[in-house]
Amino acid sequence: MSDLEQFRAETRAWLEANVPASMREPMRGEGDANWGGRKADYSKNPDQKLYMDRMAERGWTVPDWPKAYGGGGLSAAEAKILREEMARLKCRNPLNSFGISMLGPALLKYGTEEQKLEHLPRIARGEIRWCQGYSEPNAGSDLAGLQTSAVSDGDDYIVNGQKVWTSYADRADWIFCLVRTSKESKQGGISFLLFDMDSPGVSTKPILLISGYSPFCETFFDNVRVPKKNRVHDENKGWDVAKYLLGHEREMISGMGLASPGGNPLIEGAIATIGLDAQSRLADPILRAQLALFEVRSKAFSAMSERFIDQLKAGQAHPAQPSMMKYYGTELNKDRHELIMASGGSDTLEWESERSNGGAKPRAWLRTKANSIEGGTSEVQLNIIAKRILELPS
Amino acid sequence: MPLYLNDEQTMLRESAQQFVSEAAPVSHMRALRDANDATGFSRDLWKQFAEMGFTGILIPEADGGLGLGHVEAGVVLEEIGRNLSPSPFLTTAVAAVAALNGTAQRERWFPGILAGETVAALAIDERAKHGDAIGMKAERSGNGFKLTGAKQFVAHGHVADLLIVAARTAGSPEDHDGVTLFAVSKDAANLTADPQRLADASLAARMTFDGVAVDADAVIGEVDGGRAVLNALLGAGRTGAAAEMLGVGGGAMDMTVQYLKERKQFGVLIGSFQALQHRAAHLYSELEVARAAVLKAQQLLDAGDAKADEAVSVAKAMAGMASTLAVQEGVQMHGGIGMTDEYDIGFYMKRGRVLAELFGDTNYHADALARAAGY
Ligand SMILES: Cc1cc2nc3c(=O)[nH]c(=O)nc-3n(C[C@H](O)[C@H](O)[C@H](O)COP(=O)(O)OP(=O)(O)OC[C@H]3O[C@@H](n4cnc5c(N)ncnc54)[C@H](O)[C@@H]3O)c2cc1C
Repeated sequence: MSDLEQFRAETRAWLEANVPASMREPMRGEGDANWGGRKADYSKNPDQKLYMDRMAERGWTVPDWPKAYGGGGLSAAEAKILREEMARLKCRNPLNSFGISMLGPALLKYGTEEQKLEHLPRIARGEIRWCQGYSEPNAGSDLAGLQTSAVSDGDDYIVNGQKVWTSYADRADWIFCLVRTSKESKQGGISFLLFDMDSPGVSTKPILLISGYSPFCETFFDNVRVPKKNRVHDENKGWDVAKYLLGHEREMISGMGLASPGGNPLIEGAIATIGLDAQSRLADPILRAQLALFEVRSKAFSAMSERFIDQLKAGQAHPAQPSMMKYYGTELNKDRHELIMASGGSDTLEWESERSNGGAKPRAWLRTKANSIEGGTSEVQLNIIAKRILELPS
Repeated sequence: MPLYLNDEQTMLRESAQQFVSEAAPVSHMRALRDANDATGFSRDLWKQFAEMGFTGILIPEADGGLGLGHVEAGVVLEEIGRNLSPSPFLTTAVAAVAALNGTAQRERWFPGILAGETVAALAIDERAKHGDAIGMKAERSGNGFKLTGAKQFVAHGHVADLLIVAARTAGSPEDHDGVTLFAVSKDAANLTADPQRLADASLAARMTFDGVAVDADAVIGEVDGGRAVLNALLGAGRTGAAAEMLGVGGGAMDMTVQYLKERKQFGVLIGSFQALQHRAAHLYSELEVARAAVLKAQQLLDAGDAKADEAVSVAKAMAGMASTLAVQEGVQMHGGIGMTDEYDIGFYMKRGRVLAELFGDTNYHADALARAAGY
């Protein structure tokens, strides 16, 4: 047996023995995801914590990070096998985390050794939940126009200003935050700071969304004192870190365009409500055609996603390629949820009933509409592809 | 296997790029068309394909070929697509070779294919839309069979040395079983070809089989067991056509993006208009996704994976959508000049349409996926 075959066999055996049964079912709603952190509540399903801890112990919450920082130290090929074996058993993500998908890669590239050792292992173990302080009321797509200020005061900065659309700011422990340290240059006056949301002067206010949830917040900073050692990369060089992190955010969001492992709820749902005709075809021929053409795109995008990961690992991906993945994956995901609604008919409109799992489908449908806004809108991604990949003129 | 080209495949791509763009650029195709060439491609060029080793890409080393796979065949096909090079490569070196591979017929036909002397054509389709039904009859007669019926959309059918014919030895047209594949040589009696020039200036024949007698050893594979051979042929042909479409779509996109960087209106380059930038960026995304789907299908076919059929349908359908978009946007963004015969972009539109139709269009393959998924 080759090393990789052996790794696969061992991985499969370990997952089978250690992943609790309740973590091998598709998530039924946003509430089923585990985000870790100091405020996490595992009383509803203690398996979440058990599963996360077991995975973290092997470094498998972040399989390809170095072991020294809490990772699994796996090669690209091994990490792929782990993903495949998890998908085979329909394992959930052990930990959803901005720390893993966004801050971690940025710290690995730009952080000091001290910063890496302080933050990465705690991210890997799900101890600290991070939120992202980028957007401001007047700086959305034009992110570099941000105004939140950080003024030097000895070994500290004093931070003042307001952020908006800060996802889960009210449940996060720490924030990675873009601040203005100089007014002389738009992009060249931004710094990247990390600080505890419990610091004096930080307050948050949830914003209710069309899905009926309020996952994001207005976040206010009133003379918040942040040690300079919490600045990642040089002063006024935060834009480099911000952009690098955005690439990873886009990559993560593009993953939402992928079908979940195991079964095809879209097709199964359509068959259940609409039924098959005498030729075993979906009884609504127009919807059937829409579903079939959607499936072509969806399967092709799965291949693209695999290719993108392979290319990234081999250093072959164009640096702006995450924009293409983000654009395509999120538009696709919106289409998928539109089709789920069309397939389910009036059953998918129930908003609160137990039968509808608290309106999981309509709420998820509404949530996907943000995919093409968050992390940079589809229009902004298209701008980036046009300028940086196709090199079209300004 | 990672989903990108390895070093050897990248080298092959470089040599294919150079060879095809020098030996058969778009002007080559235009010249053949303008001369109203009755063959539809250049026999000299086909010889050069052989000298490059390309005709033997899918032929096993034991049979004198290079023993490479569908990824490598696709590399060549993409360049053929990009340059709109008229060539029997897809029908002969890809589809016919896939059908003959491992059968007794290979000894008869592989040497000519390797030498760039033999051209093969596929007599598969009986209607204007590719489908699974096969009505042509092959009745036992003496030591062999007599073929009766008609085929259409047979690319190179009028000049091919070898015709691969799907016929029915049992059952009725809609039946899955009872199909047999035959290798018929061009000098067979009672066989007539009516070549027609298609929109893209290539030639495809309507063929009539009026009791064409073939020996029993013309059977490829097993009598009544032709679906397996046909599947091999179609899997290779569809994947190959998808790769050629990537070339057509990519070529159209490159021309268009270049034009956006040159053409000025309102005192600025039209490529600075955001409406056009977004459409170009969207097109890029569709083609990248199609490229991944095609590579996936090629790799799974090469690995003999059980999921290959599904991946092939995804590839053909997705490449059809993406290349159609590419040629449509190509002509539109060129404005009036895009509608002129003198400019090349229109040729991409025509070739794209032919390839989209070949071996089942996007709808055919989406339907196949749906049926396989049980709806
Ligand atoms: C669910 C969700 C979660 C989020 N989470 C976070 C978070 O955790 N932290 C955080 O910092 N931010 C977060 N955001 C904010 C998000 O990054 C911004 O909403 C996004 O960047 C768009 O900015 P905006 O909302 O100000 O829209 P605007 O920039 O005002 O855009 C309005 C419209 O104009 C278009 N537009 C703007 N500029 C251009 C241009 N140059 N060319 C063409 N069209 C243009 C946009 O595409 C959009 O359609 C989140 C957003 C959502 C929806």
